[in-house]
Amino acid sequence: MTTALTSIGLSHFLVLSAIVFGCGLATVLTKRNAIGILIGVELILNAANLNLVAFNRFSWGGVPVGAGTDAVPAVDGLMFALFIIVLAAAEAAIALAIILNFYNNFASIDVERGSTLRG
Amino acid sequence: MILAQQINDLSGIVPLLFYGFAALAVLGALGVVFSQQIVRMAIWLLFTLGAVALMYFLLGAEFLAAIQLVVYVGGTLILIIFGVMLTSKNPFTSLDIPPYERFIGWAVGLIGAALMVFTGLAVAAGSATSSQTIQETADTAASFGVTELGRSMLTKYMIPFEVAGVLLLVVMIGAAYIAKGRHEQADSGSSGGGPTA
Repeated sequence: MTTALTSIGLSHFLVLSAIVFGCGLATVLTKRNAIGILIGVELILNAANLNLVAFNRFSWGGVPVGAGTDAVPAVDGLMFALFIIVLAAAEAAIALAIILNFYNNFASIDVERGSTLRG
Repeated sequence: MILAQQINDLSGIVPLLFYGFAALAVLGALGVVFSQQIVRMAIWLLFTLGAVALMYFLLGAEFLAAIQLVVYVGGTLILIIFGVMLTSKNPFTSLDIPPYERFIGWAVGLIGAALMVFTGLAVAAGSATSSQTIQETADTAASFGVTELGRSMLTKYMIPFEVAGVLLLVVMIGAAYIAKGRHEQADSGSSGGGPTA
């Protein structure tokens, strides 16, 4: 028990990421404010990023791929995390533009009122 | 000898750092869930983003931690706060939902977190490196330097890199066009003699 608490391994990061993911999911489901939902999505993306970086560290641990002195460390998880950060920034910009437009049309950012397209 | 002693001291402090940063991240995430006012949610999100950046430092991904701070804290969070200021007459507005919906949301979040905890523990127990700790991987871990990231970005991930660049351009144009709104579009169309549809 003591070693499980004091030696930080892959499972510690996975559990932390799961808790953050659960909070993000609950935020998306319980907020009626459109910006609150966007904040929940950011939490979920951060949890996914933490998972990717932890897997990159612990599954390969920076051990060079292939033998030889000029072998390069594996950075695939870091690259995935970088692209997710880029996509999250783009998603936030588009979502806020849509929210601004929604506010101009409905004078509110309550997502319950965005039912114009409902059949 | 002295250096080895210092390294031992440093590896002893790693669990303390991890639990401190993890507590900060969980506190921020819970604050986002339970606060009803949108500005406070944004500030709680700041804590979680900062704690995740510190986790990246702990995992040896310094460049990613810097990017996290610059793009998320310096860009996305500021964008969100600007959005709050632009879309709300009262920044401390709160929109309540029915209690049963809130209960369902929390239950689904809890179930999702529990599923991911069990799955993560199973994956970590099944992997070959499950017994490895972050202290043990510290000496074998080559530093994830900017050099390797840059080389990988221009060789193995060349096409995603270019596509991400095009995506950012499209997003910039699209966000500016969408955020322009309807009435301003009508004004410019009526006054400037715009394209007749």
